[in-house]
Amino acid sequence: MNSLGRILAVAHKEFLQLARDRMTFGMIVMIPLVQLLLFGYAINTMVRNIPIAVVDLSGSAAARVIIEQVRVNQVVDIVSYLPTPQQAEAAVIAGEVRAALIFPRDLARRIASGATVGQWLVDGSDTTVSQVLLGLRNMPLRLDAGAPAGAYQASEPSFEVSLFFNPERRSAVNIVPGLTAIVLTMTMILFTSLALVRERELGNMELLITTPIHPLELMVGKLVPYTLVGLVQVVIILGLGHVIFAVPFAGGLGTLAIATLSFIAASLTLGLLLSTIARTQLQAMQLTVFILLPSILLSGFMFPYDAMPEVAQWIAEALPATHYVRLVRAVVLRGAELHQLSGDILWLCTFTLVVLLVATARFNKRLD
Amino acid sequence: MTELAITARGLTRRFGELTAVDHIDLSVEKGRIFGFLGPNGSGKTTAIRMLCGLLTPSEGEVAVLGRSIPAEAEKLRLEIGYMTQKFSLYTDLTTLENLRFMARVYGLAHGQRRQRIDEVLQQFGLTELRDRQLHAMSGGQRQRVALAVATLHRPTLLFLDEPTSAVDPQNRRDFWEKLFDLSEAGTTILVSTHYMDEAERCHRLAILERGKVRRDDSPQALMAALEGRVVEVSGSGLRALREQLMARPDVVSAAQQGSRLRVLFDEETTAPLDRLQAAAQHQTCQLARPNLEDVFMAATAGERR
Ligand SMILES: Nc1ncnc2c1ncn2[C@@H]1O[C@H](COP(=O)(O)OP(=O)(O)O)[C@@H](O)[C@H]1O
Ligand SMILES: [Mg+2]
Repeated sequence: MNSLGRILAVAHKEFLQLARDRMTFGMIVMIPLVQLLLFGYAINTMVRNIPIAVVDLSGSAAARVIIEQVRVNQVVDIVSYLPTPQQAEAAVIAGEVRAALIFPRDLARRIASGATVGQWLVDGSDTTVSQVLLGLRNMPLRLDAGAPAGAYQASEPSFEVSLFFNPERRSAVNIVPGLTAIVLTMTMILFTSLALVRERELGNMELLITTPIHPLELMVGKLVPYTLVGLVQVVIILGLGHVIFAVPFAGGLGTLAIATLSFIAASLTLGLLLSTIARTQLQAMQLTVFILLPSILLSGFMFPYDAMPEVAQWIAEALPATHYVRLVRAVVLRGAELHQLSGDILWLCTFTLVVLLVATARFNKRLD
Repeated sequence: MTELAITARGLTRRFGELTAVDHIDLSVEKGRIFGFLGPNGSGKTTAIRMLCGLLTPSEGEVAVLGRSIPAEAEKLRLEIGYMTQKFSLYTDLTTLENLRFMARVYGLAHGQRRQRIDEVLQQFGLTELRDRQLHAMSGGQRQRVALAVATLHRPTLLFLDEPTSAVDPQNRRDFWEKLFDLSEAGTTILVSTHYMDEAERCHRLAILERGKVRRDDSPQALMAALEGRVVEVSGSGLRALREQLMARPDVVSAAQQGSRLRVLFDEETTAPLDRLQAAAQHQTCQLARPNLEDVFMAATAGERR
């Protein structure tokens, strides 16, 4: 009874402090907002508008048709027409264009015989860009082998078929749900890792530990307000992601809430554990980064989990963010149900419990 | 025999090479104001932290209110109040919010809470300041809030670590009036200070220096013990006289106070007045009443030599 009262007292106190701390309060809203816009707009893994040059030695109508088709897919932006392949090569080397498309003099004959119709000169120094152009390589050949005019409307690019949940390959769809995992990792761990250290640095802890409060009460009390903060952040990211980037929402809100709460709890307790290790606020921040970096790189948010080496996968499995990236994508993009997700959720809950107990055991009511 | 609130035997705390508290013995009687007097770094805070169970002693035994410390420290939480040297309340909360928080942490019953908070607000003159955040308060005001918080749960034993270091003399006097009220009501108070005037108000005083208790008695007894050993010199040429006296083996200290030089002789010296008059022929000498400053100098002389 007293115990609940003390937990509520700590939670209430944290709320009051949080509400008055404009800086932290601003961060709660600004971090998800900035990250969302940053990842949504600037970091676009779908490549568009690559500058290229065209050299048409045939001067035929077929070449113009192919050029038109290349142009409409928006992957490339034709910035110049050059008279000779040598000039095109020079432009690629100079970096004026990323690639050049060259049509030979005997284009019409090549089309008729089904041979290669043209050549791409590609700048391989940016692998992302070259990969996209390599993919593009095959497109006009197939389209125009039979009937040059209008054939592309009937043809179906093969990659659309294989991509179930993101047919237009918009990266925002994949990035935004995963981003919730990263933003929560960042803010949840940071706030709580600072929470105890700050009280220690400001001297509040010395008074607090002379009261009857139990470490577990203190810990749980501190988790309550930040849990709500985490939920607010998820709503901001997924809500704005839906509005601005048209990220679909396939799953149930309840399922998402349960998955999210279990991840928030895991991150918060991890933060508490860090704050029993850190001696200063600076150390707490460094420890947070220590968790945050692998969470960004290994959780599957940036690079596909399946493509990682086995050791990296082990590390990834130990990070709460990995499990949540899986969960949130499953719920938001694939509409997965709770019973399909029980493995990851159970893992997060177990993690929370274990870490909370370890943190409580580490926090003794002594100064030495 | 009076009951003891605190007993310590051979209490010691080391930080690496440094011995911050060095085998101290303490007996603090219930209902009394017991003072720790000592300069910065003499181990006052470390000693208090050990008595509260916040630091584990390297050696020695402590019993507080009949319980062995630090083993049973948790059982004492409701009976002791602690005012830390470094201000430890939440400065971004108001007086009332701090009091409410601590009242709930101490588990005061809901009905009792409001009444008790009103009581301490009144007692410490904080009614006007109840809705002000602590960062917007003066040192004296904060001190009152801290004392209000420390006494909120009606502890029978109060630890106050340099409670008045950020307080002006007027507020210091008012603060001590509150302490006497609490003492009168039966609370045992252990207070640390480096102000002589404060130390003089304590019922009993332990003089700490470099982790050791050098003297332990009532301020009056401590001062009486120096009777006849303090001589005041007035006149001119005091700076030169001081130089000359400090070099003498029988002089413990010579300190100028305005136009007077206050000279403390060591224990073995007989007839200090005559001896001094012989050295200071152009000045007038007279015996002076010993004060705590003298006691302190005498107590710590051995170390400085
Ligand atoms: N946590 C600690 N670690 C190392 N040294 C300490 C620690 N706390 C105090 N000390 C040292 O112990 C000595 C006594 O300190 P303290 O008890 O704070 O003295 P006082 O309160 O009388 O000023 C000082 O030299 C101080 O530097
Ligand atoms: Mg101190």
